[in-house]
Amino acid sequence: MKRDVSISVDYIARVEGVGALDIKVSGGKVEYAKFSIYESPKFFEAFLVGRRCDEVHELTSRICGICPVAHQMTALRAVENALGIEVSQQTRDLRRLFALSAHISSHVLNLYFLAAPDYFGYESVIPMARHDLDFFKRALALKKVGNDLTELIGGRSVHPISAIVGGFTAPPDKDSLRAIKARLIKAKDYALRDVELFSSLKIPLFERRCEHVALRSDSEYAINEGRLVSTDGLNIEENEYRKYIGEKQVLHSTAKHSYVKNRSSIMVGPLPRVNLNFDKLSPDARKAANQIGFQPPVFKPYMSIVARVLEVVNAIDESIAIIDRLKPKQEELSFEIKAGEGAAITEAPRGILYHYYKFDKEGKVEKADIVTPTAHYAYNVERDLYELVPNLLDQPLEEATLKCEMLIRAYDPCISCSTHLAKLKIENKPERSLFARK
Amino acid sequence: MSKKPTVAVWKFTGCAGCQMEILRLEDELPSILEAVDIGYFMMVKRHYSSGPYDVSFVEGSISTPREIEEIKKVRSNSKIVVALGDCAVYGCVPSIKNWFPERFMEERVYDNPSVIHSMKIHGIDEYVPVDIYLGGCPPHRGMFMETIRALLISIRPNIRRHAVCMECKFRENECLLTSRKRPCMGPVTLAGCGAICPSYNRDCEGCYGPMSDANATGLAEEFKAIGLSSDEILRKFRKYAGNSPKYAGEVGTQ
Repeated sequence: MKRDVSISVDYIARVEGVGALDIKVSGGKVEYAKFSIYESPKFFEAFLVGRRCDEVHELTSRICGICPVAHQMTALRAVENALGIEVSQQTRDLRRLFALSAHISSHVLNLYFLAAPDYFGYESVIPMARHDLDFFKRALALKKVGNDLTELIGGRSVHPISAIVGGFTAPPDKDSLRAIKARLIKAKDYALRDVELFSSLKIPLFERRCEHVALRSDSEYAINEGRLVSTDGLNIEENEYRKYIGEKQVLHSTAKHSYVKNRSSIMVGPLPRVNLNFDKLSPDARKAANQIGFQPPVFKPYMSIVARVLEVVNAIDESIAIIDRLKPKQEELSFEIKAGEGAAITEAPRGILYHYYKFDKEGKVEKADIVTPTAHYAYNVERDLYELVPNLLDQPLEEATLKCEMLIRAYDPCISCSTHLAKLKIENKPERSLFARK
Repeated sequence: MSKKPTVAVWKFTGCAGCQMEILRLEDELPSILEAVDIGYFMMVKRHYSSGPYDVSFVEGSISTPREIEEIKKVRSNSKIVVALGDCAVYGCVPSIKNWFPERFMEERVYDNPSVIHSMKIHGIDEYVPVDIYLGGCPPHRGMFMETIRALLISIRPNIRRHAVCMECKFRENECLLTSRKRPCMGPVTLAGCGAICPSYNRDCEGCYGPMSDANATGLAEEFKAIGLSSDEILRKFRKYAGNSPKYAGEVGTQ
């Protein structure tokens, strides 16, 4: 590849949503690297104003069809924080199980359907399935058990309906949970096998030290609650988020860029979570990590796929443990509507998700602020590209382009999500076409 | 053997949830892939064919000028166009913003609204003719299967037109509206979900949009009788299908 080159992908495939990649190299130096998000604006923060506190989670679920559970859990906790509502231990357990189920299915989708074809040399999982039907069926079985668990708790897997302010309208029954447990045990065998498979792939060794941010809790592998910590010493409560995390508008993207104030871009997602919570992984997930030589902290972004498969093992282990101790019973739920404000952070499958709401005395939204995982790491992806691309200049353009796409897929961007609010539409932005990829 | 039909899946302004619901067909996907060619599905495939397509499933609403051009291209390249999900059919929850002046919405989100050109959110049939409507947020995967099945044997898919109440009765649920005096949208809402919400002790929120001959005014009066304020009733109808003419009176346009 020449020292003056443009890498351009107009519509990145196998990610959720509409994103593009533009990189310009001249004289062997990256002039610019843009991870552009041009998904259309949806104005959630604007139309939420005037809606009532008990429908906020139902509406924000529609920000994203891949992580509706994460949006619901975050919105519900933010609303409960604002209204001073305490939830029962059963609700906390069920919510954790709910979130873990969504981590399983989302991670499996990324690993087997979106990321794996690159490593096995296919354009998609479809021709790959013809070649290795066993792999495809294993992937489907793993995805299905995660989705079925979400559906059992939530009524359906996309935009579930049973989680409400204060708890669940109807908890799952013990027999159905037991039936899923039997399938989870089988799924764990698959997942453990695939820790080996994914770690044996030719994962690019590109490394860049950057600030990894994740939730952390003393009592568990943090998913729905915890303090926000980082590899560079951040350690804050969720309601201090806006004091420490800034956002800036960028001209080439409809999603804003997040950064730690007075520092720089951040990475969030499975790799930062495993790095910062390695000691909280289930014993078998930790053992699997040790066997493949995974030693935290790992600052190789492509290694996210290994962190992701380790998290699948962990999520299955934890789900089984929760099912074992749950004795679900119907709970009486009621709460008092009043004015207040509250924030919450949870770990969506692809990283930290922040919701903040302010309510008037009728419980109606006065102000909403939502920052999604992809908005959290979009800036970091670009900074990775600045360092990565000069190393690719000896490769053919097509190969270099694929490596850049693979980096983006390693972050598992959820682009639908990242532009729940589009922050900017610039007149001179190039018009994109659905047919643009050459 | 005759040529396999070519299926395309498109995403406009939506959340990808309808596509996720397609991918929920874990047991059926291997045989679907035997029966049809996937011509375009960017969330799954890197390569695509430039058409024409036998059937295009369209997820998402039309919310930018660029999308108007693109949906027209999709239409002219497809024999059958299916509006997949509430966004493509009605505009879904983002259409809540249609009830306010654009500049109010822009000012709430953007630091500098002078560079923003947002427009009202509409289902795709505002701009192109649609052959099949699959309402729902998300539409149940069974409806996608039914459409594929019908395509393969060249018949019209059997899509429900009756209310959620019918499915609710089949499940022998206690009626939330008449027995418990709770504001359930079931009587006006299109079936297809299997009455999940009432079965989980939750009021139907109307996420499949209106049924074929929905008596929205009658239900709104019922809501009033059980004590809902006009603002609460408005919010019930201005949610998933506020753009639908069937809800015009209740959302305040007549």
